[in-house]
Amino acid sequence: MIQEKVVSKRFGKVNPLSIDSYIKYDGYKGLEKAVTMHPTQVIDEIEKSKIRGRGGAGFPAHIKARALANAQGPKFIVCNGDEGEPGNFKDRMLMENDPHAVIEGLAILAYATGARKGYIYIRGEYQNAIKIMKATIQAAEEKGFLGENILNKGFDFKLEVRSGAGSYVVGEEFSMIESIEGKPGRSRVKPPFPTDKGIHDRPTLINNVETFVNFPHIILVGGNEFAKVGTPSSTGTKLISLSGNVKNKGLYEVPFGTSIRDVIFQLGKGVRNNRPIKMVQLGGASGPIIPEYMLDMSIDFDRFENFDSKTGTGAIIVIDDRYDIFDILLINMKFFVHQSCGKCAPCREGHIQIVNLLNKFKNHRATEKDLMSLENLANVIQQTSLCGLGQTSMTSIISSLRYFRDDYFTKVRY
Amino acid sequence: MLLKEILSKYPKDPEYLIEILLEYQTSKKNHYISPEDVSRISGHFDIPESQVCSVISFYTLLSMEPKGRYVVQICHDVPCFVNDATNIYEELVNVLGIKEGETTPDNLFTLEITECLGCCNEAPAMRVNNQVYTNLTPAKIEKLIKDLRGEIK
Repeated sequence: MIQEKVVSKRFGKVNPLSIDSYIKYDGYKGLEKAVTMHPTQVIDEIEKSKIRGRGGAGFPAHIKARALANAQGPKFIVCNGDEGEPGNFKDRMLMENDPHAVIEGLAILAYATGARKGYIYIRGEYQNAIKIMKATIQAAEEKGFLGENILNKGFDFKLEVRSGAGSYVVGEEFSMIESIEGKPGRSRVKPPFPTDKGIHDRPTLINNVETFVNFPHIILVGGNEFAKVGTPSSTGTKLISLSGNVKNKGLYEVPFGTSIRDVIFQLGKGVRNNRPIKMVQLGGASGPIIPEYMLDMSIDFDRFENFDSKTGTGAIIVIDDRYDIFDILLINMKFFVHQSCGKCAPCREGHIQIVNLLNKFKNHRATEKDLMSLENLANVIQQTSLCGLGQTSMTSIISSLRYFRDDYFTKVRY
Repeated sequence: MLLKEILSKYPKDPEYLIEILLEYQTSKKNHYISPEDVSRISGHFDIPESQVCSVISFYTLLSMEPKGRYVVQICHDVPCFVNDATNIYEELVNVLGIKEGETTPDNLFTLEITECLGCCNEAPAMRVNNQVYTNLTPAKIEKLIKDLRGEIK
């Protein structure tokens, strides 16, 4: 078995709508232990675990937590459930199958950092998850795991669900903060970072759903024990959303260091109709596209950063040999045209030009000059965009220019 | 539900604008926020109408154009695309007789292409109002649309 279930261990075993069922499976044990420790000890354990954010950027979780703990006055914690990246469904599965684990993770971090108010921001498309999380918050309040004087330890933490309304960019920290304030989700210039000035200019910490769900486990087993799983740079396990042309699409949990090939062939049972793999897109629309011969690469933050991409979301989209890379790239790029918030020019105008250039390739009308333009423009968008959207959207273009350059040349008109 | 009832459920703080707009729009048969709605909401919060409009125009799930009773949103991102989503879209065009962005003359259906619905493990997927349908086939589409039409009559 290459799967190792930590954050998905309760899937199918607990009734997500029953708090008693959660408590039976070690539910809220992490929080109960955390409140017997000093808040800084809780963050020390998170530091020892070396856990990095599961939302894509892979930022060390303890740095954000400590920054928030050191901030004075009112401060906020946000759980990012705006899973807009195509090919990802892990956060939806977590919220729908084990919602109390999300709340327990949030409560532990609230205790450690001194935040009294938190938000769970869920994309508007996930109506079912929104319904479940709202009911779960109420159940947790009734049992004293949320609200006032939690576990009779004199600490308060209020939690609220906020719904998105169809915007990919809101998954980015500052865009989400704007959206929580009830405004269009347009990013802000950094610094200051959210842990200095976030919601209503107060210190704000934003973590991905999967990151929060790891916290109860870290507290229960201890940071050092947690760090024994995975690789030195990427500890613990990772949820993988496997989709595309595989036989067994689905959600899997593997330790970091597992190879992409093992996920596709052992867990996904290979490609449907045993067709050859033409390409695999990692992470989602903002992730790299790699050829079949690179599949032995392991799932690891540092390894993924070799693509100038920060791809920790854990989506693997398998695409067989019936598909043209330009169709795939065009879907990705039209997505970004639509999702750009329009605040900065490289992203707003750049993606439109990228689509125009890709259409030329698709229709065999491109010249070698177009190839140069595409390469230059992709780099400009990546380096000059204001927020994570434009900084990562070009990853599929840049990686395809590296690994599928021949596909471009076959489309060039001489 | 009436706009007044929805407004009274939330604190009087424009922070809740997105939630209120989404809930109100979902409750309306034609799934849109009218100019009259905009002025009532801006009056309630004592904020400019332009602020309400800027939120509606930014978020793709919010609309200022009337739509059909059933808003059919088919996903066309890569995981669905490589699982035959194009054929499913063609089937919808066939059965409904409209293209993307259009509404049927009887105001029953609006056809849209949506971003990923997070059901890539059961692709291809689509959403009709708040209900998600997965593992679609042309036969399933035909039956579903027939059932929805039947519900009305």
